[in-house]
Amino acid sequence: MLWACVLLPHLALDGVLRQRPDTGPLVLVAGGANARRLVSVNAAAREAGLRVGQRLTTAQALLAHFDALPYDAVAVEQWQQFLAAVAYRYSSEVSLLPHAIVLEISRSMGLFGPWPRLEAALRADFSALGFRQRITVAPTAHAAYVLAGVSDGQAVLTPAALRPALQRVSVHKSHLPGAAAEALPGMGIRTLGQLLGLPRDGLRRRFGAELLSALDRLTGDLPAGLDAWRPPDVFDLRIELTHEVENIGALVFPLRRMTSDLAVYLAGRDGGVQRFVVQLEHRDQPPTDVAVGLLAPERDAGMLFELARGRLEQIQLPAPVSGLRLLARDLPPFVPAGRDLFDERPAHALPIAQLRERLRARLGDQAVYQLGSTTDPRPELAQTVVASHDETREPHPRPSWLFARPLPLRGAPPRILAGPERLETGWWDGGEVCRDYYVIETSLGQRAWAFCAPGEQSGWMLHGWFA
Amino acid sequence: MSAVVALSSLFDAQQIWRGRAAPVPAGEQPTGWAALDAVLPAGGWPAAALSEILLPVDGVGELQLVLPTLARLTRSARAVVIVAPPYMPCVAGWRQHGVDMRRVEMVHAISKDVLWAMEQCLRSGSCAAVLAWPQQADDHALRRLQVAADSGHALAFVFRARQHLANASPAALRLELEALPQARVWVRKCRGGVVPVQPVALSRALH
Repeated sequence: MLWACVLLPHLALDGVLRQRPDTGPLVLVAGGANARRLVSVNAAAREAGLRVGQRLTTAQALLAHFDALPYDAVAVEQWQQFLAAVAYRYSSEVSLLPHAIVLEISRSMGLFGPWPRLEAALRADFSALGFRQRITVAPTAHAAYVLAGVSDGQAVLTPAALRPALQRVSVHKSHLPGAAAEALPGMGIRTLGQLLGLPRDGLRRRFGAELLSALDRLTGDLPAGLDAWRPPDVFDLRIELTHEVENIGALVFPLRRMTSDLAVYLAGRDGGVQRFVVQLEHRDQPPTDVAVGLLAPERDAGMLFELARGRLEQIQLPAPVSGLRLLARDLPPFVPAGRDLFDERPAHALPIAQLRERLRARLGDQAVYQLGSTTDPRPELAQTVVASHDETREPHPRPSWLFARPLPLRGAPPRILAGPERLETGWWDGGEVCRDYYVIETSLGQRAWAFCAPGEQSGWMLHGWFA
Repeated sequence: MSAVVALSSLFDAQQIWRGRAAPVPAGEQPTGWAALDAVLPAGGWPAAALSEILLPVDGVGELQLVLPTLARLTRSARAVVIVAPPYMPCVAGWRQHGVDMRRVEMVHAISKDVLWAMEQCLRSGSCAAVLAWPQQADDHALRRLQVAADSGHALAFVFRARQHLANASPAALRLELEALPQARVWVRKCRGGVVPVQPVALSRALH
């Protein structure tokens, strides 16, 4: 067993910052109305002298203008869930610890390469999403978690190396049960090395079994006992905008963020999305729903963004938008389209499936279709918008253009080139036809497919062109 | 008098335009009409370019001109897109010409979206040929289509009324169809070659 721990020291702040591309000094505050304290500060605020743990009133005395947002525990939980979905790409065994994600990677290294490469991939993923991270690896989940709190990038790859690595870690950074963590430094025991050297009997009598099992989980003598994280079946992401937006253009940035988050989530699940809804929230009105449907499951970030934007540009905003929400319930498995090794199409080619989606996004869902034939001999009913493609070949001449409705032929009488071909059918469903079809040439030199009543050669009705 | 400059060095430096178009690669996209292939400089449709077909009225053999090409492309599993046709294609008729209707995509678009849809299809690089009947297409719009066809390596066909012949066009090939006294095709412009003086007769067999 080998566990990687991704510690997210600035989870709440990073979650806020990625929705506001560039802001000035910004802090997160928590606590009661009279004792608000800063729990997180961004770089600009730290430069101005604001520190974590300061009272809000002190901070206001130090700096005239800065944004103070409440620390949102629910949002932090959501971001952790989302990042767990990202980590799920690399391991099927993912668990959550406070402000951290641990994943079992001993088997993942067979696929993703040795630890340095896997670590680089993890760092690239988290950094791309805008979350600062500290990553360590150790033979137990709790040891990796403890080491991540002490140093970044430490790799303990063998069980034998674990105890030496834990020797110098101070007790108050070891996430030990509350009473022991407070009492041990007072007894002169400051590092884990000292603690692990003490007789177990004495420790049990002094602190109870709780401390011993925590130590055993740290060293691997007890299993980690963590609940395995399971990816949710619904993707639901909400972004509250900092100010109300009245034109669609200003929604493009948050929309791009949301669709790329969706793509990352889908990649972690190894799934695709066939249908999702972008909800535009208004202050005093029910939200406007923009449904985005696809012909086949997809998960390419650029494509999802472009389709959502195409749909969004079609709508008229009834009121200013105060928030965006992306909801995807239908998450079928994704099968990537195969391509030939020696594909003769240009390198930047857009696959035909994506082209169809792009056309449908602007022209409407019914705008792109194929034609197939039916077994009905009546020309009006002989073809439909379907996917049935039997390759029966009609023995009689058929035009290349067919009119939606027959038109009367005006002007000089036509020259008959072929015919008649009698169609007498449809008596069973009320759409009875009895016609003699001819191929004729009009006075303008057009070849037409025309019919008239049986036995007559007048009263011509045009039904198609031999174009 | 300035120093004498050797002609060959000027040519080598590519500072002189020699007034001859680049040779056209031959025979990549035969039209399926031997007589027409014989007079066209590329031995067929200009590959990855716009071809314009001008008609006096509908139904004078304009589809017959391109159906052999569409049949060849669809049979080799390449996609063909028909953007906003003036009538519904007759499945039985197209099949008689050998077109595989499974590869033919129909796109319904209102007239102001036709050029956009056609450009998207051409640019995508996944369509072998795109056919459209644009109502209002000026020189600028046709030039965009020409560039899109070039970047997506697709055959672009636009069908327009004959009165547009008087206007200049950026299309690589312009064909004019004539129905009376007999079906003939005039080559009005062909990039990379001399415009033939004689028209090409078009046989209008029903099958």
